[in-house]
Amino acid sequence: MASQRFKILLVVAVLAALAFIVPHSGSFVVLLATRALIFAILAMSVDLLLGFTGLSSMGQAAYFGVGAYLTAILATKMHIGLGWDFWLVVVLGMLLGAALAALFGLFAMRASGVYFLMITLALGQCVWGLAYRWNSLTGGDNGINVSARPNFGIDLTDERTFFFMVLGFFIFSLISLYVLVQSPFGRSLTGIRERELRMQILGYNTWLHKYIAFVIAGAFGGLSGVLWAHANGLVSPETVVLTTSVDALLMVVLGGAGTLVGAALGSVIVFGLREYLSTLVPWWQYVLGAVYVLTILYLPTGVMGIPARVRQYLASSRRKAKSDLTPKELASEPS
Amino acid sequence: MNTQFWLVQAFNGISYGALLFLVGSGLSLIFGVMRIVNLSHGAYFLWGGYIALSVIGATGSWALSLPVAALAVAAIGIAMERLFLRSEGFEYLRNALIAVGLGILGALAFAARWGQVMGNPWIQLVVLTAACAAIAYFLLGRIAIVAIEADVLRQVLLTVGFAFLFQQAALDIWGGNNMDINPPSEFTRSVVIGGLYFPLYRLFMIGMAIAIGVLLWLVMEKTRMGAAVRATVDDAQMARGVGIDTNRISMFIFALGAFLAALGGVIGGAFLGIYPGLDFEMLPLAFAVVIIGGMGSLGGAAIGALAVGLADNFGKALFPEVSYFTLYAPMVLILAVKPTGLFGRE
Repeated sequence: MASQRFKILLVVAVLAALAFIVPHSGSFVVLLATRALIFAILAMSVDLLLGFTGLSSMGQAAYFGVGAYLTAILATKMHIGLGWDFWLVVVLGMLLGAALAALFGLFAMRASGVYFLMITLALGQCVWGLAYRWNSLTGGDNGINVSARPNFGIDLTDERTFFFMVLGFFIFSLISLYVLVQSPFGRSLTGIRERELRMQILGYNTWLHKYIAFVIAGAFGGLSGVLWAHANGLVSPETVVLTTSVDALLMVVLGGAGTLVGAALGSVIVFGLREYLSTLVPWWQYVLGAVYVLTILYLPTGVMGIPARVRQYLASSRRKAKSDLTPKELASEPS
Repeated sequence: MNTQFWLVQAFNGISYGALLFLVGSGLSLIFGVMRIVNLSHGAYFLWGGYIALSVIGATGSWALSLPVAALAVAAIGIAMERLFLRSEGFEYLRNALIAVGLGILGALAFAARWGQVMGNPWIQLVVLTAACAAIAYFLLGRIAIVAIEADVLRQVLLTVGFAFLFQQAALDIWGGNNMDINPPSEFTRSVVIGGLYFPLYRLFMIGMAIAIGVLLWLVMEKTRMGAAVRATVDDAQMARGVGIDTNRISMFIFALGAFLAALGGVIGGAFLGIYPGLDFEMLPLAFAVVIIGGMGSLGGAAIGALAVGLADNFGKALFPEVSYFTLYAPMVLILAVKPTGLFGRE
């Protein structure tokens, strides 16, 4: 498909521009872009569930949280993950996220629709509760300070170097998730989203499909958590709160569910607005609330859905213009 | 750990459960009737407390603050339900309201950026607001609305957006300090039974929850209105089919839920305090109540509230490190076994 190739080229061009422009901008932009990209990975993992499988998970912060806490605990208590073994921590973070999702999925997959939403919310709260109260492991309310960043020949203490590494992880996640949703497996996920019963009748094990998608999403949630621990330098229960999960969902809806790129776009918009405005005015949260309300009411297909909606609008107004013609003019119109 | 410890903790747990019942029962009814997971319920709780503080500050009467705060928040609830969640027939009003909100934001942004060039700030702000609002209204009217009634996720995210708006508004109106609601001094005494001290206020909370619970039960079981509500919970489509105005029911229930949450805010504010962030602290607890008890069931909410109140108290006293885990893990188990909750109907 030519248009598909064009879209991929467009994404590559935007990423190349990002890699070129961001490091030459001020340190604030670098910081912002780094964090937005980390959240973009989390948002894409939500999109795999919401946009492609039709599961609205309200507890994605749990996997983000375990990834972040794992990194912080290993770094501060055992000094693991500050050299070459950082890559080991990345793998461990993804594995832990996947393992937790494999456990939680056993419970969550029993419900569907709004009950799935509630049970993932409850599961997320379990992790939050542990983070908040298990003082000896998580440092309780104060959290854990991750003061040092990994240095393995390449020193990630430098914000620009760290940005490039996060960009690398983002591209890795984008490509792997894209390949996944384009694969036959991803196609069957979309089929489940559209009509689960039909897929069951066709002989697909829909439970297993959804479960695997849930576990994969958990792995990418864990990955974003590992990166976040080093980007933020502080891992606290704030990382795991309900609003983090909800924010990730909003990013997906704002960008456009079922597009992957849209999730990343949503993350950039939400982060950009929040971080930029909070330095300017004290009432920035009104803007965030307004973004929620406007997106939900007026932009249900997200930013990525705008071109389609504009086309639809133009087509319908053309039809209307046609029907406004007098009968005489209509008669002369070739039908 | 003797009998005294168990008795005192159980009493504290039950009285906390009484408060949770007020918050949770409304949430449960809203879910049952409208299938909406209302994430701004915590904000209603917080606003109830804050409005009560303002009423007490103005009139000095604690007794007056209870109904005023609850009714005010119920009005907010009705407005939110009619204009945003079930907005059929109110599209123009909703667009106008959003346009005014955007207008104010636009004017504020303009003032923040170019504030120094402005002469008379008030007149300029009003003019700017009007101009921005007019533009926004024109643009919003051009956008085709996609109905959100059938989409659970969008409704949830919409209530989250409102929770953020309420949170910021509360911060701007009442400031960021931790405040206390002081009930009349008669309530600060304790009753001594068998050598144990029972604070009168906590007894009042339990009494209030029982009274409201009984009242709600009577309304639900013995009146025509209650029968209509129960029918809507069981099968909204069928209820519409037999001529029940489910639209009116949903408005009534949403207002009732907001009313109860705000009442909880006033009553709970006396021993929790009222502070920014309380809304998102209460919300998961209210959800625990609803999930354990079963969504849409009043009796379930009562049992869920009791269970959460006790689990929270004993969890914090006995296993402080995993106390929230002991609260939410049973909730997950119940959901996994019976997704509709203990007393929820399919």
